Amino acid sequence: MNIWEIIIISLIKILIIVVMLLLTVAYSVYFERKISAWVQNRVGPNRVGWLGLLQPFADVFKLLFKEDIIPTAANKPLHTLAPFIALFVAFSTYAVIPLGPPVELFGYKINLVVADVNIGILYVLALTSLGVYGITFAGWSSGSKYSLLGGIRSSAQMISYEVSMGFSIAGVLLMSQSLSPVKIVEAQHGWMWNAILQPIGFITFVVSAFAETNRLPFDLPEAEPELVGGYHTEYSSFKFAGFFLAEYANMAIASALIVTLYLGGWQVPYIEKLGLSYTLTTIIQIASMFLKIGALLFFFIWVRWSIPRFRYDQLMSLGWKVMFPLALVNIIWVAALIMIFNL
Amino acid sequence: MPVQKRKKDLNIFGKLYIPEIVKGMALTLKSMFRPNVTLLYPEVRFDPPASYRGRPVLVQEPNGTGRCVACGLCARVCPALAIEVQAAETELEKERYPQKFEINMLRCIFCGFCEEVCPEEAIVMSKDYELVFANRNDAIYGKDKLLVPIDNLRARLEFLRKFK
Repeated sequence: MNIWEIIIISLIKILIIVVMLLLTVAYSVYFERKISAWVQNRVGPNRVGWLGLLQPFADVFKLLFKEDIIPTAANKPLHTLAPFIALFVAFSTYAVIPLGPPVELFGYKINLVVADVNIGILYVLALTSLGVYGITFAGWSSGSKYSLLGGIRSSAQMISYEVSMGFSIAGVLLMSQSLSPVKIVEAQHGWMWNAILQPIGFITFVVSAFAETNRLPFDLPEAEPELVGGYHTEYSSFKFAGFFLAEYANMAIASALIVTLYLGGWQVPYIEKLGLSYTLTTIIQIASMFLKIGALLFFFIWVRWSIPRFRYDQLMSLGWKVMFPLALVNIIWVAALIMIFNL
Repeated sequence: MPVQKRKKDLNIFGKLYIPEIVKGMALTLKSMFRPNVTLLYPEVRFDPPASYRGRPVLVQEPNGTGRCVACGLCARVCPALAIEVQAAETELEKERYPQKFEINMLRCIFCGFCEEVCPEEAIVMSKDYELVFANRNDAIYGKDKLLVPIDNLRARLEFLRKFK
């Protein structure tokens, strides 16, 4: 492969990923509303298109046609920059997540990942830390007390939970002995899923992922009763749509990350023993990746409509006094597994 | 003295939150499969029970005349001052009828006092809840809109005789 072929293939991959991510985001908004309706014995959106399937697009167009308001007290450059940081972070994280095994298409050997870098997990951690800036800038630059409180809460929450998130990931890294997501997935062959080998780490990671994406029960940054809309109180039109998109894209990424790190990525246990053809196996593996992501997205939404919000001090004490020690226990557990069973 | 244990103190199992969270999530999952209570409004319309207080209407006898004798009690009792009655004599001795009977539907609060106070059972609350008007003048309902044939109001009249 010469350099041009590599560039073109990468661009096609980026295009596919971005389109898929946008569709996932649009329909996770749709299903958020549908599932909330089902939980409350309602019907949910059913007017726009068949079963309301065009509802997300109607919402987006409505948002785009609205007036874009910048408050006089706002710091204009930062106010404009903030949603773009949030969007950029949300979309670029997806680059390192493998969607399937390497495939051969038209004579090219293609990895189903945009960038197969050996520091993938580090890249994800670095970018999600950057995401805090989007929200903090949005909170500070709006020049409103509600936004400021939301932004500060959010930065404190995300920094606290990043610690236990990082320590839970350390367990996975010990197991796979690599920072590359592709290698991590390959290390979880058969039933060697990290969720089964290190359940404590799985729980701490999932809880931290909820906190990182600002979803209920940890959606304190945008707690409606006390903070109006939190950091995006002063945003409207396209910029609000940016934050909205980023929130759901973050949810999709958190799901993809949980699948990659703990649920075996695209691996289906013992599929090679069925003796299926190479193409069919690959298709099933890719489909299983999407199925797992979809199931986790459903779980995210399901939790949101079941569990009330934590109080701020409860959130912090859960993060530092429960999740952090548990993540440490998990590292010792994984180290013991490796020492004893030579996994 | 030992520290008294309060009822709301959680044990270690409760402090984990997880059993309670699982219980709550099982509940929401169960309710996802329950039938919906929503009516798809413009296609399916709600048929209220007889006790429902919709817009007040005047009862029209089968021969086309109203029951109202224009005593003005409804206008007197109306807390929102929505009713206006102007009486006139009929050819019959000692009988009166409302020359003008108007209810301002922007003022009406659907309390049903007019119905309660009416000595002739002439004004009753109907099942009609779809009240739409484009301007304030249209919101003042005259006799043409208020008179409703008695056959459409049987259920309400029966309800009133039973429980009033």
